[in-house]
Amino acid sequence: MDNFPVVGQRIPKRDAPQKVTGSAIYIQDLKIPGMLYGKILYSKYPHARILAIDTSRAEQLPGVKAVITGYNIPPFKFGFFKDNPPLKSGKVLSMRDEVAAVAATSPEIAEEALEMIQVEYEELPGIFDPIQAMQEGAPILHEGLKSNVLKLPWRLICGDVDTAKKESHCIVEDTFSTQWVTHCCLGTSGCVASFDINNNLTMYSNTQIPYLAQRDYIDALNVFGIKNRKVRVIQCIIGGGFGSKLDTYAYEYIAILLALKTRKPVKVLFTREEEFIATSPRQSTITKISHGCTKEGKLLFREMEMILDNGAYTSWGATTPSVMMMPISSLYKVPNVKYIAKCVYTNNTYSQAMRGYGNPQATFAIESSLDQLAEKMGMDSYELRLINANEPGEITPQNFKVTSCGMKECIEEVAKRIDWKGKRGKDKGRGVGMASLIHVGGGARVYKSDGCGTIIKIDDYGKVDVFTGASEIGQGSETVIAQIVAEVLGVNVEDVNVINNDTDVCPWDVGVHASRTTFVAGNSALGAAKKIKEQILEIASKSIGEAPEHLDIQKGLIFSTKDKEKNTPLGKVLRNAHYSTGGKMLMAEYFYDPANENFDKDFKGNLSVSYAYGTHGVEVEVDRDTGRVTILKYIAAHDVGRAINPMMLEGQIYGGGLMGIGYALSENMNFREGRLMNPNFLDYKMLTAKDVPPVEPVIVETNDKDGPFGAKGIGEPGLVPTAPAIANAIYDAVGIRIKDLPITPEKILKALKEKEKRGQSGEEGK
Amino acid sequence: MKKEITFILNQEEVKAEVQPEWTLLYFLREVLGLTGTKEGCGYGECGACTVIVDGKAINSCLYPILEVEGKSVTTIEGIISRDGELHDLQKSFIEHGAVQCGFCTPGMIMSAKALIDEKEKPTVDEIRHTIAGNLCRCTGYVKIIDAIKSVVDRR
Ligand code: FES
Ligand code: FES
Repeated sequence: MDNFPVVGQRIPKRDAPQKVTGSAIYIQDLKIPGMLYGKILYSKYPHARILAIDTSRAEQLPGVKAVITGYNIPPFKFGFFKDNPPLKSGKVLSMRDEVAAVAATSPEIAEEALEMIQVEYEELPGIFDPIQAMQEGAPILHEGLKSNVLKLPWRLICGDVDTAKKESHCIVEDTFSTQWVTHCCLGTSGCVASFDINNNLTMYSNTQIPYLAQRDYIDALNVFGIKNRKVRVIQCIIGGGFGSKLDTYAYEYIAILLALKTRKPVKVLFTREEEFIATSPRQSTITKISHGCTKEGKLLFREMEMILDNGAYTSWGATTPSVMMMPISSLYKVPNVKYIAKCVYTNNTYSQAMRGYGNPQATFAIESSLDQLAEKMGMDSYELRLINANEPGEITPQNFKVTSCGMKECIEEVAKRIDWKGKRGKDKGRGVGMASLIHVGGGARVYKSDGCGTIIKIDDYGKVDVFTGASEIGQGSETVIAQIVAEVLGVNVEDVNVINNDTDVCPWDVGVHASRTTFVAGNSALGAAKKIKEQILEIASKSIGEAPEHLDIQKGLIFSTKDKEKNTPLGKVLRNAHYSTGGKMLMAEYFYDPANENFDKDFKGNLSVSYAYGTHGVEVEVDRDTGRVTILKYIAAHDVGRAINPMMLEGQIYGGGLMGIGYALSENMNFREGRLMNPNFLDYKMLTAKDVPPVEPVIVETNDKDGPFGAKGIGEPGLVPTAPAIANAIYDAVGIRIKDLPITPEKILKALKEKEKRGQSGEEGK
Repeated sequence: MKKEITFILNQEEVKAEVQPEWTLLYFLREVLGLTGTKEGCGYGECGACTVIVDGKAINSCLYPILEVEGKSVTTIEGIISRDGELHDLQKSFIEHGAVQCGFCTPGMIMSAKALIDEKEKPTVDEIRHTIAGNLCRCTGYVKIIDAIKSVVDRR
């Protein structure tokens, strides 16, 4: 692959200087003159009827400017199914249900006012287990529905699983489950809603989807009686996203309602406890899975049935099965596939997107089951994976067209670096395991568009402004875009300024999701940069006296590729363009929408232009007395197409990896009867600097033909195969398979005891 | 009931009327507008609010304002030199890619600073131990540890 001066370099993150000096402004730091503070009163019960709300005392409190409830706001519902009102009336369905809200001159007064609101409830029996919620006679949560099972058609059939079962030489079947986990963004959620005198709304927000949020707010305003007004979304620096900000939430509508009522800007900012309770996490799942293969170990079928706890309302969590279909149909070559998923209403919180979007849950089941299959076959699971690994040029059963694919390299790199042959099955108490992943790496057409716009202009001095629709949520999109533009235009990366946080200024984009930003926004920036370069060379050709095709730019100097003496500084050309009669302004726009496909009605189609692959290998030690798992070595190999910025890419792998290890070993939202028992960092076990194992990222470059400079997405993959790789290593170490995340010491001790009771007979592959 | 306190903040004397129930974090952010110090939890579990008081890294969200009387407080805003040059730790965080969303960053840097001010050559284990009270959701800590270590190594 070619080497470039800017692309492929370890360029420091553009916004790092303001972040290390404390000058970056987060929503936490934003104050607007006259701003009020909104606070929300949540339900006392997971399922209850609201009999009465008395807000009169709260309204009397000095400093309180407005109190609203579900009974005095216009009827409006938001979310994927439009089943969620910002303030509830009639019934509450979860502990996070918003019952009333206050705007006051200080957060303390608003808090005090909440305590003065009297709500009378009649408690109703709750349903907290999706399996129970599916049973006949279970109370129906949403009035007017016949069942707690969501009307969503998650069903994928490829080939003929029944016949494949008959033809299989070896079959395994088992059930796996995963827990609720949450994003834990260090910066909590919040927004400021502000109306101007003409009722145009400005939302200062943390959103990952500024343009879709804009539409959501406009829909809401229409219902609130504010028609045809402008909504502007401005993002502050965002203190972490990970999918949590992929939907709009009740608090945002509450801020809008309070701002409307008080005619003042209103800020709602979550406390840490609220962040745990009232943002929407990755849901729990129960998966029955079966795999079968030929005598040689070629996979013949994969069958999965899944139940997902949707929680009380419907957000993007309910659509994660569409993404789960990707590993289910296309992780390794498997010709016959059947997958059915049900999302079920319960009185728990409600689920949304979180890094990986369903892929971690599905891959945990798939990759654990594959190890079981290998054992039953008497095969090395590494060999089984290699035999079935995806390859370039393949069309998968779900009609994914695989372009670049470095899966085999990833598997081999991991085996080599973890010393698979030397360690697998050898040491008592120590073991190695691996697991692979597929993820969308070239955008994902989940909406009608997967597009992103870019506008570029250059000033009189050769400094470049890039206006992109793509949001920066800490992942580094701003820097990647600057690098791509600098590379194309032949300017220093420091001279490229990226503007990315204002819907009034920036062009459209569908949002930061599906690991799409480097690929889609990158290609968009690439297109715009090429366009403006053409214009520059066109103009320069006259003053230099050389045809545009023989001109290029390097380090801000336009020169003839035939005779480098013939040159002129970029800034000069631009000044000439501006100051000449019949002058010209240099500006280019480009909209890139990848040639990927929406699924058809059978959920088939080429969802992404390219796919990202990876394999993680892990060596663990299991302490038989305490049940503690220590990770001795962690190899994370990722096919990224090309690393535009290896340093930031490693950051995604390290960060994703550790989040994945937390998912595997410690993180768990502990709900008891719908009540979150651990809404704080002490009891919710996010990993710390002391828990970091030796991680070795391995970057495999396959130079994707459609990626900007060959790059594919990497935002989510880092945590996808982590849990099964660890579970597989634990099995290798002590012969127990934990099928229920997280893999806590208690579960390990219990399984070790059971194993002892059963004697030494192998457990795998019933 | 307001009380008057006097202390040193980022090398300058501050005299102020404060409410006894305020925390140092509240005073810094809400009264002085020094928003570089972050609040990630408000109850001593995330380290985002870390500042240095008399050489020790503390969680300012738990630190009663009255207790700073006569002490010396350093915040993230106070570690840049007067001519605007960044502290070695700040430079190293930038160069090593130790910053993603950045919300944990000021607290991380202040914890690290207290460590390297106290100890010439802390070990990697000491570094990890020191920042174990500073949560970061983005980076997986590796590059943060590298960034701190590189400042130590260059000493
Ligand atoms: S804000 Fe002080 S420790 Fe979290
Ligand atoms: S960089 Fe985001 S929490 Fe540390």
